[in-house]
Amino acid sequence: MDAFIEVDRVEKVFDVRRRTGFMKRERRQVRAVDSLSFTVARGEMVGYIGPNGAGKSTTVKMLTGILMPSAGRLRVAGIDPSRERTRLAHRIGVVFGQRTTLWWDLPLIDSYRLAHRIYRIPDARYRENLDRCVELLQLESLLDVPVRQLSLGQRMRGDIAAALLHDPEVLYLDEPTIGLDVVSKAKVRGFLRELNAERGTTVLLTTHDLQDIEQLCSRVMVIDHGRLVYDGPLAGLHEAGESERMLVVDLERELPPVRVASARVVRVEGPRQWLAFPAGQSAAPVVAQLAAEYPLVDLSVREPDIEAVIAKMYAEKAVS
Amino acid sequence: MGAGRLYGAVAAGGFRRYATYRAATAAGVFTNTVFGLILVYTYLALWDEKPHLGGYDQAQAVTFVWLGQALYATLAIQGGGFEIEFMERIRTGEVAIDLYRPVDLQAWWLASDLGRALFQLLGRGVVPFVFGALVFPTAVPGDVGRWLAFAVAVVLAMVVSFGIRYLVALSGFWLMDGTGALQALMVTGIFCSGMALPLNAFPGALGEVVRALPWAAQLQVPADVLMGKADPVPAFVFQAAWAVVLLAAGRLVQLAAARRVVVQGG
Amino acid sequence: MAGSRPLAEGWRAYRLIAAMWIRSTLTYRVSFALTVLGGLLVTGLDFVAILLMFSRVDVLGGYSLPEVAFLYGLSATSFGLADLAIGSAGRLGTRVRDGTLDTLLVRPAPVLAQVAADRFALRRISRIMQGSLVLGYALVASDIGWTPVKVLMVPGMVLCGGVIFSAVFVAGAAFQFVAQDASEVQNAFTYGGQTLLQYPPTVFGRELVRGVTFIFPVAFVNWVPAAYVLGRPYPLDGVPRWAAFAPPVVAAVCCLAAGLAWRAGLRSYRSTGS
Repeated sequence: MDAFIEVDRVEKVFDVRRRTGFMKRERRQVRAVDSLSFTVARGEMVGYIGPNGAGKSTTVKMLTGILMPSAGRLRVAGIDPSRERTRLAHRIGVVFGQRTTLWWDLPLIDSYRLAHRIYRIPDARYRENLDRCVELLQLESLLDVPVRQLSLGQRMRGDIAAALLHDPEVLYLDEPTIGLDVVSKAKVRGFLRELNAERGTTVLLTTHDLQDIEQLCSRVMVIDHGRLVYDGPLAGLHEAGESERMLVVDLERELPPVRVASARVVRVEGPRQWLAFPAGQSAAPVVAQLAAEYPLVDLSVREPDIEAVIAKMYAEKAVS
Repeated sequence: MGAGRLYGAVAAGGFRRYATYRAATAAGVFTNTVFGLILVYTYLALWDEKPHLGGYDQAQAVTFVWLGQALYATLAIQGGGFEIEFMERIRTGEVAIDLYRPVDLQAWWLASDLGRALFQLLGRGVVPFVFGALVFPTAVPGDVGRWLAFAVAVVLAMVVSFGIRYLVALSGFWLMDGTGALQALMVTGIFCSGMALPLNAFPGALGEVVRALPWAAQLQVPADVLMGKADPVPAFVFQAAWAVVLLAAGRLVQLAAARRVVVQGG
Repeated sequence: MAGSRPLAEGWRAYRLIAAMWIRSTLTYRVSFALTVLGGLLVTGLDFVAILLMFSRVDVLGGYSLPEVAFLYGLSATSFGLADLAIGSAGRLGTRVRDGTLDTLLVRPAPVLAQVAADRFALRRISRIMQGSLVLGYALVASDIGWTPVKVLMVPGMVLCGGVIFSAVFVAGAAFQFVAQDASEVQNAFTYGGQTLLQYPPTVFGRELVRGVTFIFPVAFVNWVPAAYVLGRPYPLDGVPRWAAFAPPVVAAVCCLAAGLAWRAGLRSYRSTGS
């Protein structure tokens, strides 16, 4: 497999100035990315996760040529992103979940027409790609709507289409499902899976949503404090983090912490109690025992989130 | 909480909000100083050619320029105060919520805008004025009474300025796009308040008219009170009368707007 | 290959983006016409103030009304050209602050072209129209001993003035990379420069005139070349006679300086990300 994205001992150091008094300022250096190395093969779909401020966005910004690295070597499709930003731009697609790349006040179709010309997409290819995106992302009725009037989910779909019209070889997605409802999330994930399968587009996905990763990525990279702390399959991450799921139960009245096999109460608040149990284990026996022995009103299961998994990984490393 | 304390808190909030933009304030001070410099030289040339134009001598004309720069942001002469946010709330329909709150809409915005005005007087007004007074010969009185009268005139000017902009903002209930109303505000603000040329230097009947309009209460009257060109009491009466008329008109239009919102169901 | 000719690529992207905005603006013709009309009123006000002054005096700083109108027309028209062409770049600070500049950096086109063409505001032609009207009045009313050279100089001044003001806009935008909240400082140089040049140089202090001739050289927009056309002494003693023909050179130097400032600004953004 050829390495399509190469990151070799890359560093990014920021000078941060902080106001400490009326005129006083403190300067210090922050190492946002610290000796980061990895490669991604053509056609891979990789989840890139980590807590806020871990260095995810900084990495993506360096890979797209927005930011220049302080040290190390970066190559995407053989191109040095920061030196040949515009040449690289033809070969990559970027979706920033929080900020749209669409033209805010204009109808959606205008953004696509402009991309057609700016990226010099051959007419036939443009038509084909647009039709396909419009169909799969259900954009037909939105094309004449100004972008600012789109809902978050509609806008995100519009953004993904915009990032794909010029047949990019690699797609960077920064939180593509943030704030979306369940239906929109499913649509977006289905589309990405198909894109990867049919076109072999390499995808680097930054997300807080573990389900995005579960459904799309065979490989996960975890970054924390600017360093790669895990690189492998998702299942391995759960093992490494020994994560737990959470069962939230509402009882009829306030009771002392319940006693259930293979789960432990971590929090009690009035009639509501939180029970933690291993992520790998089914919730059914726990629920069955609860329902049999306690006056149960309602319950819900919470999936472990990435932050918790990583926090746990760290806590264990510190101990061992 | 008593009404006085409530609106006091709103005004303090308006003050603090603008106080957080330090770089923008510094940039504004710089810009006002540059424009003051340009205007001072043109006025000096004008008064050189025609001494005692409009009853001012050169020092008084120079003082007028720097007062204009000091009060430019304070009185939001070209716009740029609460009305931007208020019009946005009208445009998005959020104003419907405001109308049902147990506070008075007009008094709320007045308090907030007075807080903003006070900050901009201190943050943006003082430095250009002091610079002008140090570098050029000005007619700044040493008499404390005059300064007190000036302070009263400035506060009344803030209320008049608010009254005008409140009406402009309310037009948003009927007009789809606020650009035209804001443009009109800009034109009248610059021209009729004396920012372009002191109103007493306007010729003939045009001068008579602009000096009777509410905009005269904004820059011309406080300047004349400070420089002893106008008796404080009639000047206050003129300003207060316009303030009452504008606030009452604002109240009436607001009632009509509220009915409209109710009819449309928000 | 794209990227190897950034100027041509930039111009192409600029045209495409500006055309998109113009099409969108012209969808609402009535609203557009009204905005332009309103703009004519707003921008005409500073000339009305000059007219009011001349209702009380016959000369200002030794210049008659048609002569001041000549300076005013040149200043307003060239400023209007620059504002139309590149005024949108003044929003750069906002784009840096809210992070939307990043979305421009992932497109295959120079950032400056994209920032300048973003929200291309055709309504700004009202400044150009109003300035041209005053300039037309000045050409008719003033008593200029026309020669072929002087005739050629009028469009030359408007064009070079437009380029000089454009350079000021770009330099101002570059400054916003460093100080995002200080966009108003830019106004002091753009709008301030325009206002300054509407009045005769004889009105202003020597130091100020020296400053805008040698350091921030907007005097070459109109003061120096217009003095030649009007047959008046140059604003500063000792300025050589050929200085009236220097605007193209000054414009080129300004562009170079602004271009370097822009590159430095963008470079600092790309290394700090803020």
